[in-house]
Amino acid sequence: MQEVPDGPGKILLEVKNFSVTLDRTPIVRNVNFRVQEGEFVTILGPNGSGKTVLVKALVGLVPYGGELHWYRKPKIGYLPQGLNQMSVRDLPLTVKEFFRLKKVQGAKVLQYLSLVGLREAVLEQRAGHLSGGEFQRMLVAWVLASGPNVLFLDEPTTAMDVAGGETVQSLLRDVWRDQKLTIFHVTHDLNIVFASSTHVLCLSRVGKPCYGVPKEVLTPEILREVYGAQIKFHIH
Amino acid sequence: MTHQLLLSLTSGAFIAGAAAYLGTVMLSKKMAIVAGPLGHLALPGAALALVYGFSISLGAFPFVVAGIVLIWLLEIRTKLQMEALTAIVFATGVAAAFLFLPINKAEAALVGDISKVGIAATIATIVLSTIVFVVVRLCYPEIMLMSIHEDLAKAEGVRVKLYNLIYLSAIAIIVALGVSLVGGLMTAALVAIPAAAARNFSRTLTQYGFAAGAFGVISAMVGIFVAAYSGLPAGPLVILTSAAIFAVSVPVAKI
Repeated sequence: MQEVPDGPGKILLEVKNFSVTLDRTPIVRNVNFRVQEGEFVTILGPNGSGKTVLVKALVGLVPYGGELHWYRKPKIGYLPQGLNQMSVRDLPLTVKEFFRLKKVQGAKVLQYLSLVGLREAVLEQRAGHLSGGEFQRMLVAWVLASGPNVLFLDEPTTAMDVAGGETVQSLLRDVWRDQKLTIFHVTHDLNIVFASSTHVLCLSRVGKPCYGVPKEVLTPEILREVYGAQIKFHIH
Repeated sequence: MTHQLLLSLTSGAFIAGAAAYLGTVMLSKKMAIVAGPLGHLALPGAALALVYGFSISLGAFPFVVAGIVLIWLLEIRTKLQMEALTAIVFATGVAAAFLFLPINKAEAALVGDISKVGIAATIATIVLSTIVFVVVRLCYPEIMLMSIHEDLAKAEGVRVKLYNLIYLSAIAIIVALGVSLVGGLMTAALVAIPAAAARNFSRTLTQYGFAAGAFGVISAMVGIFVAAYSGLPAGPLVILTSAAIFAVSVPVAKI
């Protein structure tokens, strides 16, 4: 990951001719985009389009080809795909101890729990016994406790019911606005794109990746190319 | 209480306590069963030690390390599941051991023999068990985070390869020490059963680690004490004691 401390304007990240190949199979091909500080970028695409792999490469977990420039030093927070209350279901681990795994304790934990609307009482509860929504809110507090300025969230609401998912989405919008974060949010859900995002990065298995403001970029033609089928979406 | 019994109790308590504490991490990483095949792989080393008259743990250690490196390399090269690889390693270890293990000495290799442990071996056991306990305790947050989600741990700055190496080294030492207490056949039980019982009783990680260590120590002391006065082998009695604790934990399991 190359860092350029004094970049132009408020550009945070620039990606050029970016590709990721795993086990000799190209997963992400020729992605180009520029992200400014404070953007809420939704990464959209069908299964197998490389969303998760792209995020892992941006976070620095898998090798990549092409260029990746951080114009400001990022402090990255990352919530990977598939992390939910079932991941700790079998573990005698309280919420307080889960925070202690990253050496965060005391008043700071309470501060972040309160930020995501959780009461002090959850501290002594087993993390695996929280509801899906509570667990995701706790995870958001957990990742924020390190003081990141860039968040990568990989399908954080996939395993949740509609109401719980909407609560977490609304929380993410509030956190993004209040904490002045740059967020990269992987999802399948087109509703989220129009409700929350300032920008969208769309990946498809066959077509060219696209990047821009949702209302400009997500034309029926692009959606057809991304999802490979006739798709209708009405913006209310 | 005789001097010899005191040495056996001390060695057994330190090995079983450290093994059980390590077991809480292994259970979380769903790797408790890996200690079994590694114990089996230690059998050729234990056989060599018995034939040439040196410490079983000393004989077992290089074989366990070789086993861990072998599994690690085979996994990278073949991408086979850990279960398949450990089964291969298990069979190889047992086969090699029985090729040259004198049958009259097989019992000590298979079910352990802590009853004749000397003062030097006891001191070495105390030192090594304490090192394992302290290192695992210091690395506990990082290893636990890795067991919850490896990518989450990496993103939080945990050096996963380094911690895996530390973790596997701790397993190698505990398995090598465990072979002298419960033999090559039952090392998995030494790490898995007290940890499983502790999980059933615990609501927090702190309780989990403390209870596992305590159950390990109690099992070893009861097993060795009963063995000393009954003439039965200590290894199986240690494991049966921890199995009894596990049985008691089942009705009150906190799930």
